[in-house]
Amino acid sequence: MSKEMTIHLKYWKQDGPDARGYFEEYTLDNVNEHMSFLEMLDVLNEELMLKDKAPVEFDYDCREGICGSCNLVINGQAHGPKERVAACQLHMRNYSDGDHITIEPPRAAAFPVIKDLVVDRSAFDRIIEAGGYVSVKTGAAPEANSIPVEQEKANKAFDYATCIGCGACVAACPNASASLFTGAKIAHLNKLPQGEVERTNRVVNMVDQMKEEGFGDCSNYAECEAVCPVGISITAIAEMRKDYIKAVFKGD
Amino acid sequence: MPSFLKALNSQVGRKVMTGITGVGLMFFLIGHLLGNLTIFGSPEAFNIYTKKLESLGPLLYLIEAGLAFFFLYHTILGISIWRNKKKARPGGYKKYQSKGGASHQSLASKSMIYTGIIIFVFLIIHLITFKFGATETVMLEGEQARDLRALVLDKFQNPLYTFGYTFVLLLFIFHLSHGFWSAFTSLGMKHGDFSKKMQMAAYAFGIILMVGFIFIPLYIYFTGGQGSLIAY
Ligand code: SF4
Ligand code: FES
Repeated sequence: MSKEMTIHLKYWKQDGPDARGYFEEYTLDNVNEHMSFLEMLDVLNEELMLKDKAPVEFDYDCREGICGSCNLVINGQAHGPKERVAACQLHMRNYSDGDHITIEPPRAAAFPVIKDLVVDRSAFDRIIEAGGYVSVKTGAAPEANSIPVEQEKANKAFDYATCIGCGACVAACPNASASLFTGAKIAHLNKLPQGEVERTNRVVNMVDQMKEEGFGDCSNYAECEAVCPVGISITAIAEMRKDYIKAVFKGD
Repeated sequence: MPSFLKALNSQVGRKVMTGITGVGLMFFLIGHLLGNLTIFGSPEAFNIYTKKLESLGPLLYLIEAGLAFFFLYHTILGISIWRNKKKARPGGYKKYQSKGGASHQSLASKSMIYTGIIIFVFLIIHLITFKFGATETVMLEGEQARDLRALVLDKFQNPLYTFGYTFVLLLFIFHLSHGFWSAFTSLGMKHGDFSKKMQMAAYAFGIILMVGFIFIPLYIYFTGGQGSLIAY
């Protein structure tokens, strides 16, 4: 038998980017402890629609912690209370009967609300466009072993590459800084020989774009590392700074 | 690559400069403390030390200008970063809490702007009191000099001044407990163990330095300026 719980929800409603948002409350009675957080929201929406009310919009895709679409701020914590877990992997067994849960969208000027809990994260795409790529000739796949990569570097690059671009780091940062995301994307490529060629432009352009998009400065609070569902360390931010300093003094 | 000015203005540049100016000011504090400790030397030691400093003339002005620049730069960046956060998140959360774990959010890190501003105000009062304060003159090595030692011994008989000073220095430890570690992270030095050691060093450095600074006024106050550590 699985446990059923009553959960008191309070969630953000906002009709559009310029509309005034407000909180709506709803009490769900039969929340199964095995439901994921998003399934609980599905049940909520079903009930709302049966009552002819508009469902609450939220972002998701994979529901298995790999796409980075979900990004709810649950009771004031990005992706909820558990470490290294995306909101879609959070289960209702982490809550108890009668709990109150407040759900908000990530709040940042650079992430305008599209509707309810859905925000526009295209600012991240523009940071990537500024330098989060390598320029290579496409065509027949080159021989895989032609560019040797030190194992340790490959491991590190891979660690940084696990960033799923969810934006929880921005949501949780007291300054709404995008440094962890940007740092991870830079470090991921700069660690590899393929990324070496464009490393100088990459770090400078991506750091500039971050400011351009209206994200805040980093104050080394490291809250981003605490909420990151894949555990990206703020070492990424330190590396971004090191690379940036090098780029300034290299002067090419 | 980016012009130097543009780099200074980037989000990385701002943080790096906060770190560099912060570390610079910490070095200054070490020198300041060593100077203060001459109060426990011979009766003339402290006044000789301050007289030597003042006799540096233009070099002293240069050092002072440098310090003022570091201090103001650090302050302005701090205020600007703090103001930017309002811009980057105009509407706050209804509910917000830290997730703990790796987070460095603490009372110290969240109150940097407030402890910083208090330190700023303190500095002004401190300069007015000692640097620009009126003193008696004494004869030292055949020349006239300010009797700063007497002023120090006198000021720290005043409970308001003594405990106000002690309080601000305690806030200083607080400021440094995040600032020291943060500065090294801002300068790109952070990898695993090193960072943890830096955090420990931050606490140790802050505490040793401030114990040194706080000891002097409290000692003077509680011994009524007659303590045996101070020679007459
Ligand atoms: S660094 Fe972590 S929290 Fe930030 S976008 Fe990437 S996965 Fe999400
Ligand atoms: S829905 Fe894909 S990570 Fe949560």
